[in-house]
Amino acid sequence: MNVLSPTLEALGYLVAAVCFILALKGLSSPATARRGNLIGAAGAVLACVVVFLAEDLDHIGWILLAIALGAAVGVPAARRVAMTQMPQLVALFNGVGGAAAALVAGLELTGTIHIGNGIDIPSLATHSGHARAFFVNNAGTVHVAATSSTYVAAAAGAFTVLVGAISFAGSCVTFAKLQELMTTRPVVFPGGPVLMAGGTAVGLALSVAVVVDARDSVIQAWLLILLALVALAVGVLFVLPVGGADVPIVISLLNAFTGLTVAASGYVLDNVLLLVAGTLVGASGTILTRLMAAAMGRSTVSILFGAFKGGSTAGSTAISDRPVRSSTPEDVAILLAYARKVVIVPGYGLAVAQAQHTIHELAEVLHGKGVSVVYGIHPVAGRMPGHMNVLLAEANVPYDQLKEMDEANSELASTDVALVVGANDVVNPAAKTSPGSPIYGMPILDVGEATSVVFLKRSMRPGFAGIENELLYEPGTTLLFGDAKDSLTRVLASLKTL
Amino acid sequence: MTDGTTMLTFFVLAVFVGFEVVSKVSSVLHTPLMSGANAIHGVILVGAIIVTGHTHSTPGLLLGLLAVVLATVNMVGGFVVTDRMLEMFGRARPPKKDATPEDRR
Repeated sequence: MNVLSPTLEALGYLVAAVCFILALKGLSSPATARRGNLIGAAGAVLACVVVFLAEDLDHIGWILLAIALGAAVGVPAARRVAMTQMPQLVALFNGVGGAAAALVAGLELTGTIHIGNGIDIPSLATHSGHARAFFVNNAGTVHVAATSSTYVAAAAGAFTVLVGAISFAGSCVTFAKLQELMTTRPVVFPGGPVLMAGGTAVGLALSVAVVVDARDSVIQAWLLILLALVALAVGVLFVLPVGGADVPIVISLLNAFTGLTVAASGYVLDNVLLLVAGTLVGASGTILTRLMAAAMGRSTVSILFGAFKGGSTAGSTAISDRPVRSSTPEDVAILLAYARKVVIVPGYGLAVAQAQHTIHELAEVLHGKGVSVVYGIHPVAGRMPGHMNVLLAEANVPYDQLKEMDEANSELASTDVALVVGANDVVNPAAKTSPGSPIYGMPILDVGEATSVVFLKRSMRPGFAGIENELLYEPGTTLLFGDAKDSLTRVLASLKTL
Repeated sequence: MTDGTTMLTFFVLAVFVGFEVVSKVSSVLHTPLMSGANAIHGVILVGAIIVTGHTHSTPGLLLGLLAVVLATVNMVGGFVVTDRMLEMFGRARPPKKDATPEDRR
């Protein structure tokens, strides 16, 4: 439909872009976060309505059907996913976005326009300003001349296909790692870095070829397909060497990548909204990646290239047989009941065992007995920064009992019992004491400061990062083995009888 | 057509806005913010609709429709999952005296 004039179309896109800025702004503060997200959604819906009203589109029925299909897949996935599996869902959503951007740019570069008399000419940017100048002579042959903006658009398109495919493949690998479909350990193999460098070089060469061959859409189509395949391989090689604990940072980085591909496809399509929205995500995603890396005490560069140098989170899966002090649920209950102050340190193990409701009940019972209980939340507890807050919020744990790391650390010195539930790396003193350790430099919760430490663990297997925790062998430490929910239920039961 | 330098201007300004809006965010909100930003780049759906609506070949139509499906999953799924995360924050927050009805939800 051509209902909207170009001016109204531009104004509609402007409103949508403002919505996206307000969304990001709102999401930066707890009080406005939810409203911010809804404003962003409203902006996205507005943008889609504008495009239907302003553009003269064919295949509208098919497009609406495809949108319905996408919503039918996306909404239930987002509604039903367990909160513990949310990081990998976000990775997947990001990946399909990258793939969509790559497809859009590829189609736009290789599309054809119909100019009547049965003549289809190859076009770059079929309906946008980058169209090739073309002349039809008397014999009906078409001569196409590429303009300089054609080359710039071809470069932006090649960038979109290259980075979009990397983002898609990389996101698939992060999904597999988080879902534990494959090992969470860094996958490093001899020749990996060389292959990666070689793949990147071939990808860049193909991108140049796409730009140079901007005049011939058939050759260009093949070059783009080849480029996409090479980029997929590079994306896989890019994420394989990253250790499991660093994967969230990679998701954030790939998110920023997808943002930039959307921006580049906005240039190809001559669409200001895509350019602005993509750039916003690219820029904010970059900042967010750096903030997350800082929260984990890592530099982004060392995460991405550390494994190539052999320094990333390359731990062992070996189960240690050094002696530890293990305990019974009854003993733990007594220890907790006669404490004055307990700090609970929840980790991913609590989340997988779905024990957040049990821990909340335990904390309430202890409160009833006059014990002061707070939760010490490490910024990267769970699998993503802020993930644990989401999980505990789901179990109705009051917001004011959640202490961020610095606050929790200042309380731990005066704490009687630190109860570590399914966490390991975030309390591992190796981050402070052994410079050779892969997690060295990451800020940790100093549970060793508490009078006694209780670890609820499934086994002696090292944590996600695969590093042994010396704290487990300290004299003030007791261990209670078993599934976190199971152990907590039994501790809770004996606590109620005291 | 929007000329190249205008597009470049939009790009540079958007970079600064993007840096600015998220520069002070607590680690508690990193995950929802990432998820929300992820949903926003689902606006590539607009691009997917445009190319699909202008294509004249069957392979183009099929690939375009695939792009529409993928972009919709990204956009719709992204906003829904972000809302779900934030819904839980909202519930756990003690209601403030001066809170508006939306805040209390």
